[in-house]
Amino acid sequence: MDILRNLASFLADSVRLVLRGNRAYRIWVAFLLILMAAGGLAYANQLRHGLIATHMRDQVSWGFYIGNFTFLVGVAAAAIMLVIPAYVYDWEPIKEITILGEMLAIAALVMCLGFVMVDIGRPDRFWHIMPLVGRLNWPQSMLAWDVLVLNAYLLLNWFVVTYLLYCAYTGKHYIKKLVLPLVLLSIPMAVSIHTVTAYLYNGLAARPFWNSAILAPKFLASAFCSGPAILLILLQILRKTTPLRIKDEAIFKVAELMAYTMGFNLFLTAAEAFKEFYSNTEHVVFSQYLYFGLKGHTTLVPYAWASVACGLAAFLLFLIPKTRTNWVTLNLGCLLIYSSVYIEKGMGLIIPGLTPDALGEIYEYRPSTTEIFVAAGIFATGFLVFTLMLKAAVPIMLGQHTMSRGSLPSGEAGDPIP
Amino acid sequence: MTETRDPRSTGSTAGCEGCGADGSGTSRRAFLGTAVAAVAGALVGCGNDHVEDFLQHNFRELSKAEVEEMIARLEREYKAQFGREVHVGHEPPLPGVIFGYALDLSRCIGCRRCVHACVQENNQSRDPQIQWIRVLQLDKEEGVDLRHADQYYDPPEVPEEGHFYMPVQCQQCKKPPCVKACPVGATWREKDGIVVVDYNWCIGCRYCMAACPYGARHFNWGEPHLPVEDLNPDTHLLGNRPRPKGVVEKCTFCIQRTRKGRYPACVEICPTGSRKFGNLLDPKSEIRYVLENKRVFKFKEDLNTQPNFFYFYGV
Repeated sequence: MDILRNLASFLADSVRLVLRGNRAYRIWVAFLLILMAAGGLAYANQLRHGLIATHMRDQVSWGFYIGNFTFLVGVAAAAIMLVIPAYVYDWEPIKEITILGEMLAIAALVMCLGFVMVDIGRPDRFWHIMPLVGRLNWPQSMLAWDVLVLNAYLLLNWFVVTYLLYCAYTGKHYIKKLVLPLVLLSIPMAVSIHTVTAYLYNGLAARPFWNSAILAPKFLASAFCSGPAILLILLQILRKTTPLRIKDEAIFKVAELMAYTMGFNLFLTAAEAFKEFYSNTEHVVFSQYLYFGLKGHTTLVPYAWASVACGLAAFLLFLIPKTRTNWVTLNLGCLLIYSSVYIEKGMGLIIPGLTPDALGEIYEYRPSTTEIFVAAGIFATGFLVFTLMLKAAVPIMLGQHTMSRGSLPSGEAGDPIP
Repeated sequence: MTETRDPRSTGSTAGCEGCGADGSGTSRRAFLGTAVAAVAGALVGCGNDHVEDFLQHNFRELSKAEVEEMIARLEREYKAQFGREVHVGHEPPLPGVIFGYALDLSRCIGCRRCVHACVQENNQSRDPQIQWIRVLQLDKEEGVDLRHADQYYDPPEVPEEGHFYMPVQCQQCKKPPCVKACPVGATWREKDGIVVVDYNWCIGCRYCMAACPYGARHFNWGEPHLPVEDLNPDTHLLGNRPRPKGVVEKCTFCIQRTRKGRYPACVEICPTGSRKFGNLLDPKSEIRYVLENKRVFKFKEDLNTQPNFFYFYGV
């Protein structure tokens, strides 16, 4: 009964923490809510008319939604990047930001599920894909696998975060025998969600652009650049706006790891380009469409090269210690990496996979206004989830807000998370 | 809901479908599904048929009685929609039959009569337009090279100088990548080799479309519009019955005709006799004659989809 009472008080206090905030916080939340409303209206329109409100068609049957989904799976997987050094090597400065990484994973997964939901033609039949209730075509379908691992990963991260915060709130030390195996489990889980998502495309012999063994390793390499890029910027914002102490050292260490993963990602891109263009089989058309355009269709070309250029520039910025430890160039590098991977893992992966189509037709896909608004709504939802989680988590994590004491006056740090 | 499964639907694919082969799993799912659906149905407060639609289980899990109920409901819904009687059949695969198709590339003139006969027979949406057969115009000098394919040729007269024509539709693969891809088992290969879709179970994720190497699967991007005067009222549950918005559809070798011993509409209409159809298990069939005496090829055979649809050069 104690546990139930504590949980109820934990929940109530979390809600209380979320509901109050300064002006900047309220403006930010209002802004996200407006974006969500706009997305909701656009989605209502899509529900009424069908997916014809998008610019997807039989030729390019997946587009902006699935591109964003793929990118965000990578962001979710990247939480592992911070978990490995923190728990395996017991590296102290990174430990406190691990919980933030896991919350980022939760927010990213919420967006992933949102993008899948808006992409399906019959959301009313969603229960068909639920294990036990529906009829999951497992283990044949890679999509069935993806449903399982994404939800398992979401549950795992949600549980670890909630449990750690609950312990901090009640002032008890968490049970290491419970948390450590779960955190260790989240490492292969993070690898698996991105691998399975890569296999989703990889397993389709019909689409030579995806049917390449390099796809899964490349997914992981790029995810381990883009996820931390988002996190590094978030950490700096948090340092400024909350009493959370994050050491420079931790940030620079993550940046160094990103230099290696970006270098590897660029190497894999080059390896793939070499294979396609040197052997020059009929399957080269997809890479041609992406990098040079095909029969006068060049929509993707500027994006493809922008992605390569941003990746290269960011790699150099993060490789050189001087630019890595300079805040201006560090943040520039983060933005460059984010842009590079967003293009590469989003539209740069999905669209050339389907263009030209299975019968050689070129349909030039560009997202419709509906798609852009719906996507903005989902991103806003993810940001809101993340903001609210942070709002409640930071004071609890810092020991500023506990069950016995309530809230300390702001600015005064209590005992940090044990 | 009951545990009894339709005996004729258990055979061809149940073994390779992973889940749902055992009766207890079926009843548990049925129970949970019913519970979930009942709550949802009550919440949205929709009519009886709509609740039933929502509750509908995968075709392969339905008992005979449930199939009958489903058909009666569909016929009611079509009557309300079109103001006309629509017959929805569910003829099972004929014993000892696997359908095969062969297309003579040297005879096809690219007139697209097959395309339109197919649309008429199979109740495809007229707006937005859906066509199950795509005719490729190819260069004689290049052979079957998709980089030189054009689906939108529109000369005053066909065939055009220097070109030949290759109609492509569902190849009814023995190893269909679409069936493997579907996350909910809404599409499967029947005993007679026809790959069908359960339009009431498909969630519209379009993974099968990404998986199909032949562009044979088509999606109802918008509400399908079928003028009542164009409606073909003689339909099959897994074939040409009018489809709802947001689901995938494809060629079924005119399942509503061929399971009653008739030819597919495209075979019947072809003015050059390029299209051959028959029972692969019958040594005296025309399709077997073609396989025996002509040299056939399978489209994209390197993908090992093993189509029951063959192309050949007859002359």
